[in-house]
Amino acid sequence: MPTLELPCYRELEAPVAARFDRIDLRPVVVEVQSLGKIFEAPTGPVETLRDVNFKIRRREFVCIIGPSGCGKSTLVRMLAGLDTPTTGEVLIENQPVTGPGPDRGMVFQGYTLFPWMTVKKNVMFGLQMKNVGADKADSEARQWIDMVGLTRFADSYPHQLSGGMKQRVAIARALANQPKVLLMDEPFGALDSQTRCSMQMYLKQIWMNVDITIAFITHDLDEAILLADRIIVLAAHPGRVIEIINVPLLQPRTPEAMMSPRFLATRKRLDELIHPPKTGTDEDEPDKLPVMRMTLVGDDVL
Amino acid sequence: MSWLVIRQPLDPRKALALKLAAFCIPLAVWCLVSYVPFIWHPEVKLIERGGTRSYVVGGHIPVAAFEVEQKQLHDKGLAPMVGVPINPIFLPPPHEVGRALYTAFTTEPQRKGAPWLHERIVQSIGVLAMGFLLACMVALPLGILCGTYDFFSKMIEPFVDFMRYMPAPAFGALMVAVLGTAGAPKVSIVFIGLFFNMLLVTANTVRSLDVSLLEAAQTLGARGTRLLTRVVIPGSLPMLYTDLRIALGFGWVYLTIAELIGEMSGITEFINQNGKFRNYPNVFTGIIVLGMLGFLTDQILGWLGTKLFPWQPRSKPRRTLKTKSTTVASLALIAGPQPVASGVSHANS
Repeated sequence: MPTLELPCYRELEAPVAARFDRIDLRPVVVEVQSLGKIFEAPTGPVETLRDVNFKIRRREFVCIIGPSGCGKSTLVRMLAGLDTPTTGEVLIENQPVTGPGPDRGMVFQGYTLFPWMTVKKNVMFGLQMKNVGADKADSEARQWIDMVGLTRFADSYPHQLSGGMKQRVAIARALANQPKVLLMDEPFGALDSQTRCSMQMYLKQIWMNVDITIAFITHDLDEAILLADRIIVLAAHPGRVIEIINVPLLQPRTPEAMMSPRFLATRKRLDELIHPPKTGTDEDEPDKLPVMRMTLVGDDVL
Repeated sequence: MSWLVIRQPLDPRKALALKLAAFCIPLAVWCLVSYVPFIWHPEVKLIERGGTRSYVVGGHIPVAAFEVEQKQLHDKGLAPMVGVPINPIFLPPPHEVGRALYTAFTTEPQRKGAPWLHERIVQSIGVLAMGFLLACMVALPLGILCGTYDFFSKMIEPFVDFMRYMPAPAFGALMVAVLGTAGAPKVSIVFIGLFFNMLLVTANTVRSLDVSLLEAAQTLGARGTRLLTRVVIPGSLPMLYTDLRIALGFGWVYLTIAELIGEMSGITEFINQNGKFRNYPNVFTGIIVLGMLGFLTDQILGWLGTKLFPWQPRSKPRRTLKTKSTTVASLALIAGPQPVASGVSHANS
């Protein structure tokens, strides 16, 4: 099988480099400084995150990826203010985060729509918390519901919707508050691959047309390269940033971009980072299993 | 045998037949025992006295004693007694109970000024309603607070958890002393029986609300008491409704005990008085009336629940086991090539 000649994933073509230069001029929305988190477990303290530093600028789309157990969810929960860091701090537009609030909208992996409210009432919830009048909240909510393409379902209950629709409502509900940053914790993880594809395209459309900065947690490497401007790669045990990759492809990316050489180069790099090659000396995860040959001579599968 | 297949629902006609049988079979057994002479009938009901001085007409006499007396009369040359074999007095035949169900409502009470049966029903329901509503009014707010704020939980729940082991009937004498012998101690027994458990169950139900709903609300700007009023309470309502329905079911038991405290009243008094005078068809009537009241109120509340909470999904059709007797077509699917559509539609049936 001929191997592909892949460019270096760090090489940026001129338009892409120019775009990143423009992004660097934008104001910083999220700044994470020396963030660390130690959990008290029965077996002793567990260092979940160590010395995490990064910046997210306005209207950037940043993906945070890493193997399981690397603290991705803990990190995004601390960005949202649902957990407090042990060391370091999170700054939103230079203000430290002290707790959850509507300026940091969040879309969770499990569906957290309020089941006793219709879609419209769900989307109106944040506006009502801001004491926006009922009529104004209603019309604004309808606009957001139209934007995610669920106009016909405005008066349906969450249990009547499919998984993809529920996540669209969750996105609309978070965006209705016009947050400074939209945090998404593996929102498409529970969806089948077809729905996931269309949801990725919808999210791209929303990101391009709405003034929103997105921090997107995922474990799917292709999804990260498809969506993100920059990818923050975490390692596990303890969770720490090992690399921040500027994705060398122009936005917006379509699924066809997944075949381009630069996409594959980036994918290869992420693979190396997330799944380091096994040394073969690990007792629990050996290179090969000690399986005996149990078939007849001559009966080969190859 | 298509009646007994593991985890396979029966077709509606068979299911309906079984539901009817569930009621008809006990009734049939009752009829059998009451009307067919040789199954039981250990006593004899006297129809004609004959020459006996020991027994009266209409009384029940054990068969052995009847025969001894009959022989004695025969020996003395007196007229024999005439009787029919019958079940003991506490198992009246179905038609007598049926008749009593009607006459209990239409017969004037023996004691002047005593309430009629329908008045007793209203009385009993009144006591239960008062006790239940009072318990709700106190237990629900406190329970919700306990389930939401650990402060209240630690302050209230340990004591309530201790109190609930004291059975409500044990408070009878105390309540009569405090509240007199009229209706108040009865309401208090129902209240005590329901209150402590209702508070703990409410607290647990509220506590079990998915915390991610609360976190989502926080990321949308909800804080403090708004979390309680806009998320915790509406989210817990359907489960609290179910808890209250169950509590009401237990309330009927406490009602029955409460009606024995102090001055007996209500349907329980009806049952006891008739029991004292050995009028067992009326005893059965009283028990059946109580059971029907509880059953009907629960059914009405169940229906009401579906109207109040339209967002609760109806029970989803559960996956059933496909076994040999029902999936011959699927075996054919495995055996040979079949169009995919029909296979899929069968698997979903």
